[in-house]
Formats: sequence, structure tokens, C-alpha cells
Amino acid sequence: MTTTLGMFLIILGCAIVTWLPRVIPFMLVRSVQLPDVVLRWLTYIPVCILSALVIQSLLNTEGNFVTFEWLNLIAFIPSVLVAIWTKSLSQTVIAGVLTMAVLRYFF
Amino acid sequence: MVTQTEVKQTVTTDSFSQGIRDCIPTLLGYISIGLAFGVIGITSNLSILEIFLLSVFVYAGSAQFIFCGLYVAGAPVSIIIITTFIVNLRHFLMSLTVAPHLTRYSSLRNIGFGSLLTDETFGVAVTKLMKENHLGGRWMDGLNLTAYLSWIAACTLGGILGKWIPNAESWGLDFALVAMFVALLVLNLADVGKSKLMHYLKLIGCVAISMYILSYFVPGHLAVLISTVIVATIGVLTEK
Repeated sequence: MTTTLGMFLIILGCAIVTWLPRVIPFMLVRSVQLPDVVLRWLTYIPVCILSALVIQSLLNTEGNFVTFEWLNLIAFIPSVLVAIWTKSLSQTVIAGVLTMAVLRYFF
Repeated sequence: MVTQTEVKQTVTTDSFSQGIRDCIPTLLGYISIGLAFGVIGITSNLSILEIFLLSVFVYAGSAQFIFCGLYVAGAPVSIIIITTFIVNLRHFLMSLTVAPHLTRYSSLRNIGFGSLLTDETFGVAVTKLMKENHLGGRWMDGLNLTAYLSWIAACTLGGILGKWIPNAESWGLDFALVAMFVALLVLNLADVGKSKLMHYLKLIGCVAISMYILSYFVPGHLAVLISTVIVATIGVLTEK
């Protein structure tokens, strides 16, 4: 239940480099009026970044060739179907986790 | 009559309690990932206090996991901090997307909104934006604080439980994060029109190709960042 000064400083360093990119845009848009083209560009960010995060978890980059993370890919299918069907965040998470737990039990 | 219901709707949706309610579906994700982080923190030789401090000050799932990995591997401090910076740089784009809708609030409150932005709260906020084209500060605070406190509690509890649960992965809990991103993606696409949906699906195809190619050359977090910037630009160039 302790820490060292060194460890505390590393955590603090990580905190600062995490905090700045989160906060700077909020300060930036107060003083600068973003051009219309940038605002239009920003409307594409949610779908692009969320799909990139999903695809990242489906790729296995450990070997010489980039292949699929097969268990994640299999669990991905029921997750998408439940998400489309129910439009519910919690039901999708439950479906995904249950599928993964079953897969891990067998493989 | 119409105006009255509209006003009423704005009032009810910009409330702290509505923010808490809209956060609840994501809590399962936060709690399972937080518990998993606590367990992994313990196995990486972090103390419960250090797990607590990381979740309070860094408050970023992927970065905290990578922190453990690098710390256990004995990486130098500079590498740990630079990697954390790169892993979390995507939040810059997320903040930039959300911030223009909250400029009417004070600087201090905007610092608050920014400090507590995560992948999940971003996902919930842009889903709300897509539906209502409006974000309220009290709603943001309700959403953010619920997520933040749940995360800290889950990470710390995971650290305490860490001595008894040796392997959180076998429970499938690590997949909660992916499933959450899938749901947020589908929810975002559910509210766009038919013609726009085709455009978005093509862009997701571009993201997939870009991610695959970039994965040969850069770490995954950087591939996410670069793919997003490239494909959002393609999105603007190809829109009708």
C-alpha cells in the first residue's frame, strides 16, 4: 500500500501528457473560430476513430504477417448483430463478453 | 405546443441525473476493464496505492495497461511517458470534435469537460450529438463524473481482488471494451440517413484497409490515429 517518489513522478508525467491533448482543444476552440471545412472534417472523426479502435482489436500484429485475432473476430460477429438488433450498449457488452468467455473455455 | 415540448426536452436532457442515466450502459464496460486493470496491476508488481493513483491521474484504460507492460519490462521512464502520450493522442481528435459544442461554458468548466474525456464518454456524447445536435454542460458533468468515479472504484477494487483472481482474461472481460466500441459505432450509424450510411460504410472499408497496411509499419495506437486522420479527410473529399 505504498509508493516511491520516483514512481509518483512517473505517474505524474504520464498524467500531464494524457491531460494536455484532452484539454488543449477545449481551450483552442474558445479563441479560434474553426473554418467550416474543419468542422465538416470533425463530423467524420467519431465513425473513423471508433471503427479504427474495433479493427485494431481484430488484427494480430505479432507474426511476420498481419493476421486476424481469431477469437476476437468470432466474438465480434454476435456483438455486431446484437448491437444492430437491440441498439443497446449494455446488451452488446454482455453478448460480447459471454461469447468470449465461452470461446476461452473451449480454446 | 411544439415549442413547449421542445423546450421541455432540452431541459430534461441537459440534467446531471440524465447524464448519470446515459452513463449506466457503459458502466459494465468500465467496471470489467477496471477490475481487469487492477488485477493486472497487482501481477505487474504495482501496489494498490499506485493502481489508485494511475486511475485518478491518468484515467485512460489502454494507457494504464501499457504502463503496466512497460513497467514490468523495465522500460526507461522516457519511453513510458512518450508511449503514454502517443497512445492517448487520439483524445486530441475526440476533444476537438466535442469542444465546439460547449464553448458557451466558462474556461474552467471546459477544462473539466476535457480532463474527463475518455473513449467511452466521447462515444456516448457524439451519439447524443448525432441524435439531438446539442450537448449540455450539466449532462456532460453527470456522464463524466459517473464514469470517472466508477473507473477509480473498479480499478482499486480490482487491485484488492487481484490476489484472489489470477486471470481475468479467461472470463472474457477484456472483450467488454471491444464490444462497447462496436455498440457505439452501430449507434452512431443508426441515426444517419440511407445515402449517408453508404458513404460511412465505404469509409469504414477505407479504415480497415488503412489499419491493415499501417499495422505493418507502426504500433496499433499510431495506426488508429493516422487512419482516422486519413479517412476523415477522404470523407470530406468524397462527400456530396
